[in-house]
Amino acid sequence: MLAPGAIERFYPRPGWTLPGVVGLGAAALMLKAGGVLPGRHVAVVGPGALAVSVAKLIVDAGGEVVAICDPNPLRAWAEALPAMARHPGGLAHGGAWLAGLALKGVPMYRGWDVRAIHGERDVDGVTLGRVDGQWRPLPKGERTIAADAVCIGYGLAPATDLYQLLGAARRYEPAFGGWAPVLDRGQRSDVPGLYGAGDSAGVLGAAAAPGTGRIAALSAALDLGRLDAATYERKTDAARHRLARATSFGFAVTRLIQPHAAAVGWVPDHTIVCRCEDIHADELRAAIAAGAQEINALKAATRCGMGPCGGRVCAEAAAALLECAGFSRERIGQFTARAPLRPLPLSALTGSFDYGDIPFPQTADT
Amino acid sequence: MTTSFDAIVVGGGVMGAAAALQLAEGGMRVALCEARQLAMGASGVNAGTLSMQTKRVPLIPYALRGYELWKRAGDAVGFKETGSLTLAYTQGEAEGLVQRMTARRNAGAPIELISVTAARALEPGLREGLVAASYCAADGYANSSLTGVYYRGRLRAAGVDVRELTPACAMVPDDTGVTVNTPAGPLRAARALLATGAWAKTMSEQIGAPLPIRLRVNTVSVTERMPTLIKTVVAHASGLLTLKQAVNGTVLIGGAWQGRGSPDTWQGDIVPETLIANLRLAQYVLPRLAEARVLRCWTGFEAQTPDSVPLAGPMPGMSNLFVLCCVRSGYTIGPYIGRLMGDLMLGREPEMPLFDPARLVKATEK
Repeated sequence: MLAPGAIERFYPRPGWTLPGVVGLGAAALMLKAGGVLPGRHVAVVGPGALAVSVAKLIVDAGGEVVAICDPNPLRAWAEALPAMARHPGGLAHGGAWLAGLALKGVPMYRGWDVRAIHGERDVDGVTLGRVDGQWRPLPKGERTIAADAVCIGYGLAPATDLYQLLGAARRYEPAFGGWAPVLDRGQRSDVPGLYGAGDSAGVLGAAAAPGTGRIAALSAALDLGRLDAATYERKTDAARHRLARATSFGFAVTRLIQPHAAAVGWVPDHTIVCRCEDIHADELRAAIAAGAQEINALKAATRCGMGPCGGRVCAEAAAALLECAGFSRERIGQFTARAPLRPLPLSALTGSFDYGDIPFPQTADT
Repeated sequence: MTTSFDAIVVGGGVMGAAAALQLAEGGMRVALCEARQLAMGASGVNAGTLSMQTKRVPLIPYALRGYELWKRAGDAVGFKETGSLTLAYTQGEAEGLVQRMTARRNAGAPIELISVTAARALEPGLREGLVAASYCAADGYANSSLTGVYYRGRLRAAGVDVRELTPACAMVPDDTGVTVNTPAGPLRAARALLATGAWAKTMSEQIGAPLPIRLRVNTVSVTERMPTLIKTVVAHASGLLTLKQAVNGTVLIGGAWQGRGSPDTWQGDIVPETLIANLRLAQYVLPRLAEARVLRCWTGFEAQTPDSVPLAGPMPGMSNLFVLCCVRSGYTIGPYIGRLMGDLMLGREPEMPLFDPARLVKATEK
């Protein structure tokens, strides 16, 4: 059973490689695990509840949040509220955070996004500007705010690399956060014996995760002959009932954090897109203009995604640039997953060995 | 509506692209159909070794000329002439090395046997205990990732109608030509070439002339950027290791250790046992590799004939349908043998003999 969760979606911005710029997920971990503040005057940028939650953690830890910036207009939040309300506690979560922050006078920018992050050696400010419903910049007023840190992320996507290595079919489903494994009602993939659960099966959040996990486990037990069909139906029915409510909440939340290619299409040519390999937007645009249509052709042409992160940080931005050139996400595809997925010391793979232990199966040349 | 050409090439790897170029430069109107984008198979994921020391003896004359063509392509394909070293660490390996390198030298490869002191002077990072070594100055490597970009530019400049993301669903030869059916409609030409590498097996079966092709699934690994560890292309006498360090510091580890997978699904998997053996051999030869982190391991599909000699000539029993595949060391030889195939289809006498597939099909019918 695969349950590796979600990965953060990053969109490149001028200045986003400066020290002091931190992903929302990383900021949440720093704050929760160690009480470490990303900065003293922090701009928090991103759609949906994660940004609000990080802002709350910063305030609680004694930091100042100089701005919460969410590219979604207030209208999008308003549309999401009824579905959120159907889940006990769902509305309370976001509502309480927002209320708490509002009391402390944190400026809220809804329908705004980052135009650039400033600083020579560290972050010293951020310029925000208005965006449209597709998160495309509007030619309206910009505002530059002093800040010594920026926590930024643009939502979550299922972590599909393990499904890819195991050969499971995936499809592009924005409502699930992007590429997600194709699973049946029992959480089965098309690879026999492989099940998916949690956000890796489609980003629906913490409320839905126990349900998909339970159903996947029940299906595995059924498929292994450890559970009879009637018991399976009874138990999964109960799980599905709870899951349905959690899912409607999850979809409402996920809708606020869906991918938006237009949020990348505008970035200036000099913006670094692939941080590992130092590939700028203009290099990617040139490769696309020269004929790259699949993301793996773009990777081959530019090295985008070939660095230590394995493409997790730049994949969404590279795909967005291709999408802005008119290609469908199905045609663009995903970076081919390459083992070992995370950099691994070679000696950890080779262990201790003698020359005589190496099995020479055949002589390759004659 | 059928679109007509003088020649259609199916398969956009090195072989197909080089043949299409020669056909176009010979005055023909040429279409090239590629199911994905150019050089996404073995042509774009191989380890890039351009070394006479790893080539089969009958192919040395072709490899020498292929090498010159890659050298001429230069920076556009990341070509580097570094020289190459092949190493023996046991008496048995040394005997095999002397025998095989002598045969290659007799076939025209400028390989010399050198002292182990000279070898270690060239590469001080090698493990001590060498028993024998051979050296070839006119050897090097190229960056196979750039194959697609390189050929796309050249094909377009030559006026070839490059049709990417256009699979050939069927190739139907008749008395006056060949019809190639694609999702975008049928294409028609007086002659056509099947150059789909490991995919040629299935396609030859569809055509009704099954070719005896065995699949090889070759493993390649790459490390993160390292300080300079080696300057030449280093190989092992067994033929089961190639090592090279790119200009950016990453070390590529090859040697054709076998993974598994299927071209039909494009899914290639590494096999832990063979990967570890490959990495152990690499670490044995170059001990400091133990410090490196492995970033990615992948596989490429290569096709092989029973006699390990290419299929290059008319499809058995057909006058206007040709095949070019199963060239072991196809990356090195591709640009040249593709050109020879183009000449054959232009009705010219190729300057070196090709490899008539009829030899193998006759043998299977017995």
